Amino acid sequence: MMYSKITVRRLIDLKFLKKYYKFSSTMPVNVDKSIYPGIKKIDYTSKLNIDEPPMNTVPIFRILKNNGEITNNCNSIIIPENNELLKMYKSMVLLSIMDKLLYESQRQGRISFYMTNEGEEAIQIGSAAGLNFNDMVYGQYRESGILLYRGFTPEQFMNQCFGNIDDIGKGRQMPVHYGSKNLNFVTISSPLTTQLPQAVGTAFSFKQLKNNRCTIVYFGEGAASEGDAHAAFNFASTLDCPIIFFCRNNGYAISTPAHEQYRGDGIVSHGSGYGIATIRVDGNDIIAVYNAILKAREYVMNNTRPLILEAMTYRLGHHSTSDDSTAYRSKDEIKNWSNESPIKRLKQFLKTKDLWNDQLDSEYTKETKKQLMQTFTIASKKNKPNWKEMFNDVYYEIPEHLLTQMNSLEDHLSKYSDHYPKDCGV
Amino acid sequence: MAFSISFYSPSILMSSVKVFKRSLSTTRMLANKQMTVRDALNSAMDEEMERDERVYILGEEVALYDGAYKVSRGLYKKYGESRVIDTPITEIGFAGIAVGSAMAGLRPICEFMTFNFSMQAIDQVINSAAKTFYMSAGRVNVPIVFRGPNGAASGVAAQHSQCFGAWYSQCPGLKVISPYNSEDAKGLLKAAIRDPDPVVFLENELLYGNQYPITDEVLDKDFVLPIGKAKIERKGDHITLVAHSKGVELALDAAKELSAIGIEAEVINLRSLRPLDINTIIQSVVKTNHIISVEQGWPYAGIGSEISAQIMESEAFYHLDAPVIRVTGADVPMPYTKSLEIAALPQPNDIVETAKKILGV
Repeated sequence: MMYSKITVRRLIDLKFLKKYYKFSSTMPVNVDKSIYPGIKKIDYTSKLNIDEPPMNTVPIFRILKNNGEITNNCNSIIIPENNELLKMYKSMVLLSIMDKLLYESQRQGRISFYMTNEGEEAIQIGSAAGLNFNDMVYGQYRESGILLYRGFTPEQFMNQCFGNIDDIGKGRQMPVHYGSKNLNFVTISSPLTTQLPQAVGTAFSFKQLKNNRCTIVYFGEGAASEGDAHAAFNFASTLDCPIIFFCRNNGYAISTPAHEQYRGDGIVSHGSGYGIATIRVDGNDIIAVYNAILKAREYVMNNTRPLILEAMTYRLGHHSTSDDSTAYRSKDEIKNWSNESPIKRLKQFLKTKDLWNDQLDSEYTKETKKQLMQTFTIASKKNKPNWKEMFNDVYYEIPEHLLTQMNSLEDHLSKYSDHYPKDCGV
Repeated sequence: MAFSISFYSPSILMSSVKVFKRSLSTTRMLANKQMTVRDALNSAMDEEMERDERVYILGEEVALYDGAYKVSRGLYKKYGESRVIDTPITEIGFAGIAVGSAMAGLRPICEFMTFNFSMQAIDQVINSAAKTFYMSAGRVNVPIVFRGPNGAASGVAAQHSQCFGAWYSQCPGLKVISPYNSEDAKGLLKAAIRDPDPVVFLENELLYGNQYPITDEVLDKDFVLPIGKAKIERKGDHITLVAHSKGVELALDAAKELSAIGIEAEVINLRSLRPLDINTIIQSVVKTNHIISVEQGWPYAGIGSEISAQIMESEAFYHLDAPVIRVTGADVPMPYTKSLEIAALPQPNDIVETAKKILGV
């Protein structure tokens, strides 16, 4: 929009322009640093070179091998306490069982839409475990595990998906658009990547309010192509905001493979352009994700700076219930990746520590399925939110025209209540 | 600023301040207190920043440069870089920052250099700012003021001369204010900053430098105007002219001409486009039985269309002696050439002719 701005500038009184240039000319001239306002240091050369982008690939930080053993030479890493490890594992399993149940319910036409988290459970649970509870989370839509780990109950998830009377969102949002103010998790927003600049705004607030909190915002490698992402990186860097940009690089943006999404070295490559620190981590290794988050959090808080954390993973499920991914990727590819399952890997690790075994696993799975089925049945039968909720919360105070409509509908419903369903407060 | 030459004697001046105020906007002959719209906006922000430390300004050129139109003049110097923030050039970026920081407890004033550039950020304004309170089931409100010049300026053509009043007014969750003079600017901007909902505040570049008389009450730091209340700028019994922003000036000029031929027009300054003060309009129509809407924006699905529809759906319909007529900008992108620009915008004479036509004189 620069061109347009120049036009506007032209309209501004010359007097002001003089003042502006006066300011510019008093900029410090320091030859040790740079006479160019746009770069930090000068290095002249007589060679005319075209600089190709670096060809190297940033390595992926990994702790757990596929067999659950810890990689050699892992120094100063933190392994969570045993009870936390078990909570992490159980959360991952619960998440995947709940996913299957709700996915099937959409297929049966009982809810309108669903998105599974399959293959990305370690990213969600590992990062939730590493964050402070009062750090603000902006999700994209595949971050249910973070809410789960913070205490959002299966009942709350299902109430939201059914949009029933106990949905804390009052049935306003489509399925999987969860949010919880108490759990510091911002309501999911459908338009892709709008959460990134907003998360920077929240981080900016935290900095201003000096409340020792940071923000973490999740997004896919596809979302990183939106202009919002680049605006957010630049703003976070120039405004010095304490924020972790967590990219789930899961290989596909619906059907578009990651290699068609960018030409650089993934999302970490944006870091140098925007002057932002980066970490690349194995997203299927929950211990690595956990450690990366601890380190990233420490960095953003100590330096009041942003950080881009790119987790390499694979979206095992379809993008959403509106998608059939076998149309654009082979079954073999999916099968190979299912061997990399983050749940399996953590299970192996727990086994090596004698914290878990196959019997405990099948018992837990069976019991969880049973409980989730019960919860599901209850949620599906609950009444719908009171019809009056349709009019509330458009504005802080209900405006007169909506109040008039509400009253008029109330009169109508009281006269003809026989003709309306009983489950919505009529 | 140039001093305009006055041909009016002081006695006429004193009795006709309201009607003539624009042509006298830069004279120093009047003893009354005067204030430009720019200063009114500036003092509104200053007072609210003083009152509430959560209030901050962000946008392009708002800090060191004092704002592209100097509306934030002196505020950077007074409040520093943590509360008056120059941002990189990305509307969707800083509008998003504003939304996120409002969700987290600050009260941003987000300046668009002009509302024409807000199109780049409209997703943040509509899909996030306006809808978040509803989508979060009333748990997260987004108290932001999006402000900046709106509508036609002079000689800046299609991409700098559009009125977004109708665009933003269409969206539930937003409040939309379109002030006319200094009193409006000060009282309504302060109200907007204090409001718990997101507010789109549409200023007019051509009015920034205009001086208008103000009372001591307006100068008071506790002066705020209610959002959603129109103001009757001029009383009349024969026809109602309803307008906003620069349109109010056109309507007042037309009312003056009509008065010379014995037609007394009632001029309503809408002040707020959403909520719309339809009751004031209805009451006026019940009295005058005739109404013309005046706006610089386009006719199609415009503010006048909405007013017309609401009149049809109200008691006022039965009081009309003639159809509602909209006087608007032409249904074309704004041309650059001066003669074409004048032709594309409503002029007082268009209002006068329309009034004569529907009154049958």
